[in-house]
Amino acid sequence: MSETPHIDIDYVAKLARLDMTEEEKSKLGAQLDDILGYFDKLNSVDVEGVEPMAHAHRVTNVWREGDQPDETYAPEILTGMAPDQRDNQVVVPKVVE
Amino acid sequence: MSDLHFKTITELAAMLAAGETTSVSITHAVIERTAAVDAQVKAFLSSDPEDALAQAEASDERRALGRAIGSLDGIPIGIKDTLAVKDQHLRCASKMLENYVSPFDATCITKLREAGAIIWGRLNMDEFAMGSSTENSAFQTTCNPWNLETIPGGSSGGSAAAMSAGEAIATLGTDTGGSIRQPAALCGVVGMKPTYGLISRYGLVAFASSLDQVGPFARTVEDAALLMEAMLGKDPLDSTSIAPEGETNYAAALKVKKGPWKLGVPQEFFGEGIDPEVKVNIEKAIDWYKEQGCEIVDISLPHSELAVPVYYIVATAEASSNLARFDGVRYGHRSEEAKDALTLFTKSRGEGFGDEVKRRIILGTYVLSSGYYDAYYLRAQKVRRRILGDFEKAFEQVDAILTPTSPTPAFNRGERANDPLAMYLSDVYTISVNLAGLPAISIPSGFTERGLPIGLQVIGKAFGEADMFAIANAFEQGHDYYKAVPAL
Repeated sequence: MSETPHIDIDYVAKLARLDMTEEEKSKLGAQLDDILGYFDKLNSVDVEGVEPMAHAHRVTNVWREGDQPDETYAPEILTGMAPDQRDNQVVVPKVVE
Repeated sequence: MSDLHFKTITELAAMLAAGETTSVSITHAVIERTAAVDAQVKAFLSSDPEDALAQAEASDERRALGRAIGSLDGIPIGIKDTLAVKDQHLRCASKMLENYVSPFDATCITKLREAGAIIWGRLNMDEFAMGSSTENSAFQTTCNPWNLETIPGGSSGGSAAAMSAGEAIATLGTDTGGSIRQPAALCGVVGMKPTYGLISRYGLVAFASSLDQVGPFARTVEDAALLMEAMLGKDPLDSTSIAPEGETNYAAALKVKKGPWKLGVPQEFFGEGIDPEVKVNIEKAIDWYKEQGCEIVDISLPHSELAVPVYYIVATAEASSNLARFDGVRYGHRSEEAKDALTLFTKSRGEGFGDEVKRRIILGTYVLSSGYYDAYYLRAQKVRRRILGDFEKAFEQVDAILTPTSPTPAFNRGERANDPLAMYLSDVYTISVNLAGLPAISIPSGFTERGLPIGLQVIGKAFGEADMFAIANAFEQGHDYYKAVPAL
């Protein structure tokens, strides 16, 4: 992080599955480099041996008791939210040739 | 009875109990007030007066039969557009969810309904709760009722503005980095963020899951306490929710005289970047506590200046993961240009998300990506523990911490729109509280010369809501600021 940080937006946008116009990319690029420069402040603190903190409290995995599923929604309610549906199934563009 | 919409829950509950008013009258007052002022304030994305009145009639019928439930029965409460209410739109102020209708109630909504509250309207916000001014809404820009040229704060700007303008008796917001407290301060109302886990997140659209909390906006600390009592508790539908320890009859506990307290003042919160009027105001508030016999202790939270970078790494990382679900397949916006599986994702997301959401998805994806994870995300998680450690050390000496809520009063619309870093610094005093999972409340503490509200933040110990409310209540009842309403 010592050299001037820079985000390769094309690459990251591809990872994020996010379409962006050239105009959006160039505007965002300059802003993000500023923000990353600001993140460099984190190098000022010694974190040797510090346990990473992912959560406010100590939490453990929770398993559901028994295997009785809760009441759920009718298929037509759930598929009805999809932008395109047919016969209680979600329609998407062809995935496999 | 024309001012019912500016009364507190406590006042209205007493009037309802005495038969001096009805839920229908209160709900009518709120609906009429909204019709009169919301063209200026623009707090609501949508509302359904008929539905609200039907709920109010049911409340009045319960009461007539002697089955009134409690203080919240018959009280209209506005809801931020990020919380699920069955059969209502849930848009998160995003084009991505423009046509989405929720099939269920969030747990906090279920609990408010069980307490008899009237669920009222959808309140504007920054898209997916990302922002500090409510300018990132895809649908409209909400104005601060105290000065319509200024922003109401954010991301729960609609909830704060509606509360301030008398368009609801109370409202709900969500707070990931200050999104309840900062707009509450800027709009001159009470806004509270609970200890992480105290209120279920089920039915809240996830932004940064380790930070997000639901919380109330209200006219008084006591009203906020009543709302908290109704909503808190362990929920089987949110494994991070926690059964609270200690006192939870917060409102009743306010009647018992407590104190004097030991109150910490962190010097780091009064340095560079604070508006001089805010600084003087908060120092005056601290002096007031001293005059009441409280011991004021200078404390240090040395990692405070790192809270903003830590937050914008942790929150964007979690957001990039949470928002991966919006892919144009099962719900939400789908691009008509999509030709195959990949462009279905990329184009739907590109069209559905606004600038700030894209900025944060890119940032979050970057800090989690191979080669950068250790330098950014892992390091931020370690500094996060340092920030928690600062608070733990401080709370060995003090009962609560006093700070300004926001470094500045409300700023003008557009002022920070093209400078995301300046916008991120709006949350410099609120963010560390979310990172540490602590409760905090913002209460009105006065006005600037320009007539803009200022907020005092009281930060409590984890699950120390009862003391936090008592400390905030003492200042509030010792002053008249909470009674002030904007001239609209």
